[in-house]
Amino acid sequence: MQSSGTERALSQLRVGERAVVERIDAADLLARRLLEIGFFPGALVEIVAAMWPDDDPLAVRVGGATFALRRREADQVMVS
Amino acid sequence: MSSSADLRIALVGLPNCGKTALFNRLTGSRQKVANYPGVTVERKEGSFRAPSGREYRVLDLPGTYSLTPTTLDEAITRDVALGRFAAEPRPETIVLVADATHLPLSLRLALEVKRLGLPMIMVLNMSDVARRRGYSVDAVRLAAELGAPVVETVAVTRRGADALIAELERMKIVPSESQTTTDWRESSATDVEATHAAAARMLSVARYREPKRSDIVARIDRVLLHPVYGMLVLGVLLFFVFQAVFSWAALPMDLIDTGVMALGESISASMTEGPLRSLLVDGIVAGVGSVIVFLPQILILFAFILALEDSGYLPRAAYLLDRVMATVGLSGRAFIPLLSSFACAIPGIMATRTIPNLRDRLATIMVAPLMTCSARLPVYALLIAAFIPARNIGPFSLQGVVLFTLYFAGVVGALLVAWVLKKLRRGEDAHLLMLELPDYQWPNLQTLLIGLWERARLFLARAGGIILALMVLLWFLSTYPTPPAGATGPAIEYSFAGRLGHALAWLLAPIGFNWQISIALIPGLAAREVAVGALGTVYALSGDEGDVTLALSSVIASEWTLASGLALLAWYVFAPQCLATLAVVKRETNGWRYPLIMTVYLFGLAYVAAFVTYRVTLALTAA
Repeated sequence: MQSSGTERALSQLRVGERAVVERIDAADLLARRLLEIGFFPGALVEIVAAMWPDDDPLAVRVGGATFALRRREADQVMVS
Repeated sequence: MSSSADLRIALVGLPNCGKTALFNRLTGSRQKVANYPGVTVERKEGSFRAPSGREYRVLDLPGTYSLTPTTLDEAITRDVALGRFAAEPRPETIVLVADATHLPLSLRLALEVKRLGLPMIMVLNMSDVARRRGYSVDAVRLAAELGAPVVETVAVTRRGADALIAELERMKIVPSESQTTTDWRESSATDVEATHAAAARMLSVARYREPKRSDIVARIDRVLLHPVYGMLVLGVLLFFVFQAVFSWAALPMDLIDTGVMALGESISASMTEGPLRSLLVDGIVAGVGSVIVFLPQILILFAFILALEDSGYLPRAAYLLDRVMATVGLSGRAFIPLLSSFACAIPGIMATRTIPNLRDRLATIMVAPLMTCSARLPVYALLIAAFIPARNIGPFSLQGVVLFTLYFAGVVGALLVAWVLKKLRRGEDAHLLMLELPDYQWPNLQTLLIGLWERARLFLARAGGIILALMVLLWFLSTYPTPPAGATGPAIEYSFAGRLGHALAWLLAPIGFNWQISIALIPGLAAREVAVGALGTVYALSGDEGDVTLALSSVIASEWTLASGLALLAWYVFAPQCLATLAVVKRETNGWRYPLIMTVYLFGLAYVAAFVTYRVTLALTAA
């Protein structure tokens, strides 16, 4: 299944899980850069890897590319 | 042809889009690499002549995802493209380099760039790889949608850029006066979403197809990015790299040493004794030799770094280490600069430009000199050979263990310093990583060789000049004034260097350094390894001539105490014995503040470390 229907932060996904971007939380430069690299509403994302112990950083597949994001960055992206 | 008639084109593209490979393909060896004035961003310009005889000047602008910059490099790209950058005339044409396996983001950038109003060509780079992997796009339809020519290139093959050159010629661009775009405004978040949507629509019209992500990449990443297996692979890889750096470099370094010595001897034999012969042999030949002897290690380490970078692994290493580095306030992005610093802190400090956050970048610069650069090795090798017995502890050689301890002390020191810096800047919030992990690919030989050539040139130019100049200065200081008639002591005691060494001795005596060491540390400021040559000079000039390097080891073993030797080792872990590094820090941070702070804190640490080592060893050896 691609989406579970409920909205949560990208950082909450487990390794291997897929979801669709709903919206970006912050309105600053960070949000814009996340948008620019492909985290726009409707984009499909997948968690490739997560570092122990608390999933920080994450490796996220989005739009044909893979990005390493810190948890704080992944917290800004809401998915469902 | 006069340069005013040359056409200026600028390459713009995402990071890792193969822009530099295309730049190398277009311009070959006709490149100039320098810095933009006033900022620390590398400016790469080259030129080529089209079959029509027309000259093109190509500017390789820093890679960026958009014209809204988050780093210094990206700001340069925006400003040059806008014609806002005073020192750079605005290019007449933009070549938008798109990785054909990475089209959506590239096309979005192309739409932003197109709003600048300059003629633009979009290049689908690595189109062969893209086809092989199952990507396809109709370039003609894409060009019609975009309203700009779209050509396919394969930057790594010999004729791979011909289509681009042909298209440039067809466009009949005319040289123009530099203008600035005045009605340009930065994209808002809504604009970004709109360009994403527009790019997606164009790609669907152009029948863009991408393959399902290859299972192999996913499977490799599952291992290489795994918290345990990934770390293990990284550890083994780093061990192998360092092993290779030391074992493969041994032979060429020996050859350089032997060659330099032979040259010195043949000059000695063909000239009569006198100041000129002394200057040539002890000053210039020895000085040049002390610089080039490090090239093998630097080149081997950089060959690995460049190959790992090209293959896509280095950013993954940065991902793996981000967590550990974050606990001391550094970013995973600091990994590449710090790894480079094991060869030489100078390219390492220059590599910090890829760190977007200024505080992160400064912290990385501040600890980079604590990585054990290859210039420390001759000092370590000399002292270890002199003071550490060549016996084994279990399966390990004691000398090897001591060397490892010195490396380890540098890394631990760096982590501690970074942690202290983090505490000092309290309140500063967490930083960004946002690092792309590109798909794996085989490293390209041409890119690798050009990269190596650049590093070698940079090292010889930045470090070579200053080391050579200071070697000659040292020779002068340790030769003049000559001893008075009837003097009984060794000649160097009467020279400027001897007096300076004696003057410093009171300060360095508490940490166990005699006047010979004090003297050697002064020219050793030029570069760490010069201290070995300087000790050779000090002892060789004050005793009889002989095989300097070998003889030196036995001389200091008999003349220094173990405590002094170990204290000097501890000193060298920390001391900023490298003026070239400090000069680069000044340039990279645009001021004296950070190089001064660095000098003071590193000398402070070195003094404390040497003092403790000296006193503890004295107490232990007395007991």
